[in-house]
Amino acid sequence: MASPTPDPVTTPTAVTLSAPHRVGPGQPDVGPDEARARLRAAQAALLDEGRLLTGTELTGLAELPDAWVTSLAALAHEVRLARCGPEVEVEGILSTKTGGCPEDCHFCSQSSRFDTPVQATPFLDADEVLRAAEETRASGATEFCIVLAVRGPDERTLQRILALVPLVRDRVGVNVAVSAGLLTDDQARRLAEAGVHRYNHNLETARSFFPHVVTTHSWEERWETCRLVRAHGMELCCGALIGMGETAAQRVELITELQELDPTEVPLNFLNPRPGTPLGGATPVAAWEAIRWIALFRLGLPGVILRYAGGREVTLRELQSMGMTAGINALIVGNYLTTLGRSPEEDLQMLADLRMPVGALTGVL
Amino acid sequence: MDRVATGAGDHCTACGSAICPGCGRVLDPPRFCRVCGRRMAVTVTPGGFRARCRDHGDLGST
Repeated sequence: MASPTPDPVTTPTAVTLSAPHRVGPGQPDVGPDEARARLRAAQAALLDEGRLLTGTELTGLAELPDAWVTSLAALAHEVRLARCGPEVEVEGILSTKTGGCPEDCHFCSQSSRFDTPVQATPFLDADEVLRAAEETRASGATEFCIVLAVRGPDERTLQRILALVPLVRDRVGVNVAVSAGLLTDDQARRLAEAGVHRYNHNLETARSFFPHVVTTHSWEERWETCRLVRAHGMELCCGALIGMGETAAQRVELITELQELDPTEVPLNFLNPRPGTPLGGATPVAAWEAIRWIALFRLGLPGVILRYAGGREVTLRELQSMGMTAGINALIVGNYLTTLGRSPEEDLQMLADLRMPVGALTGVL
Repeated sequence: MDRVATGAGDHCTACGSAICPGCGRVLDPPRFCRVCGRRMAVTVTPGGFRARCRDHGDLGST
């Protein structure tokens, strides 16, 4: 006997509920009185005493049950407004040289070591870069980042970047950021002299977890490049990628490492598993968990520009606006390096709905 | 994640297979030529993308 055809109107849509937040083995369940006490202590530390939270305090907040995530987010939003103001910084990014990277970052579809759908393409010409920067500027962006899939720039590549930076800045009227991998001291100096406003180099994950996701260079090499960026007077943009299998303790470890590094900006990425990469079969972070960690990054790094970056559409779906009231104060709009984002118009509408003005944050924090 | 179907008889633009019914994800640009299944050079910009097959030229942009 044939099965009845489901009624498309009345059949409920299948949804997958993510597992609720669980405390780790050996950790006590946190009751309401204790949860309130931890939040009050964090509020006092950040807003009254003006000090950073310790790793232990952040761990205590990370243990709060799911029902307390909205309280965590509310505190993070209050801290963001107090420390950074209501403005949201908008940025566009462009993969100026795609694929063919010799490194083995397990999350990345641009590594030549993995069989992914991404075809390597050469350095875009200056006109293409200018057009992309103009597209970005038209969406209200004040920052445009030139990104290259390289271990670090060779001399020819560096020369091209050095020529592009003043061209884009002067013709388009945006701050120009660059992301071109590991730098030597001399390369960092020359980029700073060329007018690079901000240099992106992500730690991605905690020192203790990094060898599980990258084996071709070390966490310490990344740290050294970040140090050079600051030493030569560029603003440091140093981000995180959440959802690669790291533990909650390792996420807190990364926040404390970023506290020490003191970047201007922290782009917060959520793993969007890429076909063909070692992490291609990973499960994206649950939306509610992502909100928890947005709030924790803000509470751990109260004065940074905390930017929504890759993976937010996949991870947060309808909760993207909630992240804006959980500590985020910057966005990458439009498309990413190899994947598409939602339209800039949707993001700008979201900001208007939230009554959050768009503006450059550089130099005010 | 929603799936994007390619047309019947086409190669899948996400994996290049001639028999795949469409395994692409909504926020992925096409990566393989729908005519021949060859991997394409794709440039993603903040406002769109351009996909080019070595044999069949430009095959998609926004």
